[in-house]
Amino acid sequence: MGWLRRLFSRERLEADLDKELRFHFENQVADKVRSGLPESEARRLTQIEFGGIEQIKEDCRERRGTMWLESLLQDLRFALRMFAKSPGFSAIAILTMALGIGATTAIFSLLDATLLHPLPYPHPEELVRIEDDLPGAGATDAGISIPEWKDLRRSGIFQYVVLQIIGSANLTGVSQPSRMQYEGVSPAYFAMLGVKPELGHTFDPQDQTAGFTLDVVISDGLWKRAFGSDPHIVGRSLRGDNDLYRVIGVMPPGFRDPGRTVGERNTEQWAALGFSDDPAQAPNRSLRLPLETVGRLKPGLTVAAAQSQLDALTASLRKQFPDDYPADSKWTVRLVPLEENVVGNVRQSLILLLGAVALVLLIGCVNVANLLLARASARSREMAVRQALGAARKRLVRQLLTESLLLSLLGGVAGLVILFCMKGFLLRLIPESLPRLNDLSINWTVMLFALAASIAAGVIFGLAPARQAGRLNLASTLRVEGRGSKGSTEQTRTRRVLVVTEFALSLVLMVAAGLLLRSFWDLYQAPLGFNPQHVMSVQLWLPSPNDPKTDIYGTAAQEAVFARELLRRSRLLPGVQEAALGSEPSIPLHHDGNRSALIVEGRQTQSKQPPLVERSEVTPEYFHLLKIPVLRGRLFNDGDDENAPLVAVINQAMAETYWRGENPLGKRLRLGRGRLGVGLPPSKTWITIVGVIADARTESLANASVPQLYLSLYQETPKELAVFLRGDLNASAIPEEVRAIVQSVNPELPVYGAQTLDDAVSASLEQRRFSMDIVAAFAITALLLAALGIYGVISYLVSERTRDIGIRLALGAQREKIMAMVLRQGLGLAMAGAALGLVGSVVVSHLMAGLLYGVMPIDPLTFVGVTLVLTGVALVACYIPARRAMHIDPMIALRYE
Amino acid sequence: MKNTDDRFDLPQGTLDLLIMRVVALGPIHGYAIAQRIQQISRDALQVQQGSLYPALHRLEYKKLLNSRWKPSETGREAKFYELTSRGRTHLKVETENWTRLTDVVSLILKGTLEGI
Repeated sequence: MGWLRRLFSRERLEADLDKELRFHFENQVADKVRSGLPESEARRLTQIEFGGIEQIKEDCRERRGTMWLESLLQDLRFALRMFAKSPGFSAIAILTMALGIGATTAIFSLLDATLLHPLPYPHPEELVRIEDDLPGAGATDAGISIPEWKDLRRSGIFQYVVLQIIGSANLTGVSQPSRMQYEGVSPAYFAMLGVKPELGHTFDPQDQTAGFTLDVVISDGLWKRAFGSDPHIVGRSLRGDNDLYRVIGVMPPGFRDPGRTVGERNTEQWAALGFSDDPAQAPNRSLRLPLETVGRLKPGLTVAAAQSQLDALTASLRKQFPDDYPADSKWTVRLVPLEENVVGNVRQSLILLLGAVALVLLIGCVNVANLLLARASARSREMAVRQALGAARKRLVRQLLTESLLLSLLGGVAGLVILFCMKGFLLRLIPESLPRLNDLSINWTVMLFALAASIAAGVIFGLAPARQAGRLNLASTLRVEGRGSKGSTEQTRTRRVLVVTEFALSLVLMVAAGLLLRSFWDLYQAPLGFNPQHVMSVQLWLPSPNDPKTDIYGTAAQEAVFARELLRRSRLLPGVQEAALGSEPSIPLHHDGNRSALIVEGRQTQSKQPPLVERSEVTPEYFHLLKIPVLRGRLFNDGDDENAPLVAVINQAMAETYWRGENPLGKRLRLGRGRLGVGLPPSKTWITIVGVIADARTESLANASVPQLYLSLYQETPKELAVFLRGDLNASAIPEEVRAIVQSVNPELPVYGAQTLDDAVSASLEQRRFSMDIVAAFAITALLLAALGIYGVISYLVSERTRDIGIRLALGAQREKIMAMVLRQGLGLAMAGAALGLVGSVVVSHLMAGLLYGVMPIDPLTFVGVTLVLTGVALVACYIPARRAMHIDPMIALRYE
Repeated sequence: MKNTDDRFDLPQGTLDLLIMRVVALGPIHGYAIAQRIQQISRDALQVQQGSLYPALHRLEYKKLLNSRWKPSETGREAKFYELTSRGRTHLKVETENWTRLTDVVSLILKGTLEGI
């Protein structure tokens, strides 16, 4: 406490010190006078004996032990005075830092919510996704069988192993029927994730019910949306697909399922499933179900250790059940840290963004360093005088660093303020598909990051001027009488190096942006293979009650009646020229695919595990509506109904994959049942291929050749349907019009997810566009900053050489030559920067190869183009000072001295 | 300029010891301390202000000295230093150490080197 008190009584201490020394001084003078010297002489001698009185005071202050704090306050006060003295400079520096730190912090908060804290559950490192592979059959993540699940639970490796299946159901009994995303989960689901409900309770993890229970837990979102935040919700019931369920708990607001897809993460209702009885089939070891398996490892067990125990277990099971695990299928079980699983595919993009923004911050720092250097040269006399008066160099360096740190901290605070103000706007820019389970927030970690970034930035840009001040040559600086602005050659060199760095960094960023732009463009321009223009899709959902006998759409015939009626009414809607129906997976670029096991007739299946193929059900009009041409055979027709033999249409890619060099027409196959018929064996009846269509990018924009198989909707009973409409449509009226016609057939059916296919196409480019937009914005900022930097340095060089140029002009130098000389200097800097930057770009572009589509990491067009743009900008930036140099009036320039 | 002495280089810490010894005689201000040291050492030691005051302030900071403002012999206010109880023990210990050290050093320096 002592030093704190002393700090506050600083003024008194100072006065005392002065008084004490003065007393000593006066006594000494008095002594000398007594010994016979005249007073003036006595004073003079005492003065000499005393030496620098300020120096003594400084030493005394230092002994007091509060020096560091005092000088810090002093420095801060001084810094603030300096800022106030040159508000323009301060504003530019603070704003540059604010933008740099604000942007870096924004990206970091994104990283914080996704990569750093991907799983908002306790002990996230124990959570793993469990995937079964059959490398022999070329299948990864092939699904799990119920006996295997039981083996895993008994293995002693896991605390919990939970199965999940996602679906959606019609929520009725509330004001407007709607669709809700639900998950059937093992009862231990919530216990495994370790999250407590906000209201009520969750499932008993020990529950051994073999089939389903009618208890459900709902999300905070559903509670607010459908139940108006009813505090007495627990015990109330809701209808899902006409079945009555009882709500037993509500999860807290931030809770999300750790799923891989947006759909899974947006789950609104959880029901407990035993997976061993109705609606699932009796357990069968070789029957793999398309379920998600998630486990929590025993505490203290690493993933690697668990994996090796698991390998031993699978090896012994393979021996024990040779029939179920044929040697050639090579069944293995793989543990993937859940964290990895959730964020894996965006890690690269996010790191790229952070790298890009860090580069921008760095360029900002370089710019501010440049500004500070320019100012330092103006202040070099001040520094020299202070040193001559006895200020320690260390002290001056510290003061300059304090100034820089204060600048960057102010910038950081301003950046955070900007971030807070723009939070809402920025959040809207983030694609929904970005895997994150956390809400983005500016939390302590993010604040700490901003602080660290500010300090780092302050040190980086403060270092150059501080170093310069530290090695000031007193004699020469003071000798250059008054004309303070003459910088040392070393200073000029530092500034040149800074500008070269700036150019190099900007070039790297611009190459990255250019490559992303090219990838995006290629993808955007890739022929789709279908025509999304003037097409809308609207989704609806037929209920699928737990008791099949109450399902009014249970057979193909029943559903076909509904489908035909719906189509008939759809065609009557205003503007509609064509209408078609399909199952949900038939919606182009809809990301929840539907894969079925494929068994080809006469093909010796090497193992019991058949390959999987994307399948969807459509009405005959579908292909024409999307303008997908038929290559061989025929498309569906109205006669392909429940009474006719089953038929299929495949795409070219599927024909290539399974019947390369053969005619696929007339070939027969069987399919595993859809994902809702959990545990059903493949259908008994053979399906005949009747047509081959051209490949279209309906599955993925990046991949045109995904094998796909279409069935006739009138022969199947898909529950998730989509109405496709082509024509001169009013996109805002269509959802209501379709809702009206659907509900005029059955008022219980929800209608949702209306979209134009053009929107669907751009939505699937969303994530790429997001990173491209941001990197491009950063690149442009970097370019501007670099231009400012080179402008500053060249202007400075010109003003420094005004006299020199004046003399040359007076001696008859041509003005054009002067201009060329200045431009050459600028160009030299830009070229050096570009050369360095190109080297950096080669490294960076290879690191980001995974994010590119259709362009090589070393794309000559991008590299050359970017270099040209950069050089051009540098020339423009140098042109202004060069013109000034050209128009220097020798008379004025020379009189200046 | 600082810490130089015309006749001696005082070993580190010695000045503190001298100051405390002088202060031990009774409350005394800085100027008088310098005078007294000079007198006692018969002008062999001349303490510079540049060393004296930082040392005084350091000793005060370490709570070995206390200070009080009161009128001096000339009537002007001066800062008088006195030993704290801690300073007193410190002085005692340090004086003993010093005596022991100088005894040992002089013993060795005056010795005949035969023992080596």
